[in-house]
Amino acid sequence: MSIKKITALVNSQKELSEGIYSMWLSVGSMAEEVKPGQFISVYSNDNSRLLPRPISICEVDVKREAIRIVYRVVGDGTREFSKIRAHDSISIMGPLGNGFELTKEPAILIAGGIGIPPMLELAKRLDCEKTIVLGYKDALFLADEFVPYGKVIIATEDGSAGIKGNVIDAVNVEGNSAKTIYSCGPTPMLRAVAAYAKENHITAWLSLEERMACGVGACLACVCKSKEKDHHTNVNNKRICKDGPVFNALEVEI
Amino acid sequence: MNTKINIAGVEFKNPVTTASGTFGSGAEYSELVDLNRLGAVTTKGVAHIPWPGNPTPRIAETHSGMLNAIGLQNPGVDVFIRRDIPFLRQFDTKIIVNVCGKTIEEYVDAVRRLSDEDVDLLEINISCPNIKEGGIAFGQDARAVEAITKIIKDHSKHPIIMKLSPNVTDITEMAKAAEAGGADALSLINTITGMKIDIHKRGFAIANKTGGLSGPAIKPVAVRMVYQSAQAVRIPIIGIGGICTAEDAIEFIMAGATAVAVGTANFTNPYATVEIVEGIEAYMNQYSIKDINELIGII
Repeated sequence: MSIKKITALVNSQKELSEGIYSMWLSVGSMAEEVKPGQFISVYSNDNSRLLPRPISICEVDVKREAIRIVYRVVGDGTREFSKIRAHDSISIMGPLGNGFELTKEPAILIAGGIGIPPMLELAKRLDCEKTIVLGYKDALFLADEFVPYGKVIIATEDGSAGIKGNVIDAVNVEGNSAKTIYSCGPTPMLRAVAAYAKENHITAWLSLEERMACGVGACLACVCKSKEKDHHTNVNNKRICKDGPVFNALEVEI
Repeated sequence: MNTKINIAGVEFKNPVTTASGTFGSGAEYSELVDLNRLGAVTTKGVAHIPWPGNPTPRIAETHSGMLNAIGLQNPGVDVFIRRDIPFLRQFDTKIIVNVCGKTIEEYVDAVRRLSDEDVDLLEINISCPNIKEGGIAFGQDARAVEAITKIIKDHSKHPIIMKLSPNVTDITEMAKAAEAGGADALSLINTITGMKIDIHKRGFAIANKTGGLSGPAIKPVAVRMVYQSAQAVRIPIIGIGGICTAEDAIEFIMAGATAVAVGTANFTNPYATVEIVEGIEAYMNQYSIKDINELIGII
């Protein structure tokens, strides 16, 4: 029984930039089971909000049995989470999803916006040469925390930091020799990454997002189109929560 | 204390099952829930062939509820028979197979192929609001309900439960029609058709535009319909609609349900089903009730 729903104690919470929050949670033995790219379901304390919010795991501290989530306030549920303080508790279920396969060869991590957080634990665990490309609309968050793990390239839409433009613009400016891409971010960005990978014959692992209900693969709310027949329903629909959220760019149509 | 109940000659160890579509075929939740604790597992709807379902987004949260338009994505009855029935048979629980279709022939095809399979009951979904043809069309006209019930009953070796739609003027007409057609039991209610608009994106919250509303928001409607139907028919009823706690379940039983199905609550609390089983026992202890059957329809 690796998936568990538990009540987690909140160790700390702070706002990293406007509307982006970072929360450390005590999760006991769950911490050592987490793979980078996995996520947790976070449950509301308000009975009128029935569905958990799927939030990616940003970092793991196995020794302290803690995990960190970094999320954006996008609605009432995440607004409620943002008001939680240290020593409060919150219900979570996890670890969920498949997570990233780790390569030993040179890799490039390409992430945009709220797709950036899961890349931090990945960057820590990847034992290879890495370039980390982070795209922002304007204000940066987490960027400095990537510095110990590889060469960090920043792209901002407004040009306020790094290269003015998107992550693909940044990759084109800097050049790339890596054979594996790991990517998480908005769907248009992932489409561009998949196209770039195809053009350059690079393996790309994409972490996808969709509205979820159960989080464990039962309700079939969060499917994406897959090239092959899926093993669950045989209809070219993979379940993002269970078969993903990480897919090889060649197996999905986004 | 006796928590056993009987639906069409099938004895459940307790009155708690799962609502179709919220629990898959049990495999995913078996990591979290001991399926041996459940009276029965009701599977996700299965059709004669695989169905791909609707485009995403397929769900949206609403106040104390959720809308879904999954579109009955399912692997088809052949894969279901090969994979899901043997999985569920490992557990000491009854198996209720939910069957869906777009035409009478499709329902009959699926039902016939299930005939020799080791399952306990079939639940016939004539009430899904999210598919364009069939489904709910059969569930909104009393003559159609009676006719399809009769045809399916003629082809089924298993007892059949007709799952009714709340999207009707008078639920008792549908309940009586299903009973007249030979149904062994009724399940009610399926979801209530609803809609949500995203005012920031100026679009529908789910791709199908409309979806089925479930969760605690619909519970009072469901309790009322179970009560009315229980007054109108003699066959047993599985009560469904926003059941989150043992108190909710007992409300349905008092309204006339013989068993209850837990749906959306699985998403809010994956342990909901077992907690409801335990909560019903605690309630029976508290009020010195020796047999759960004493509570069925007592109001």
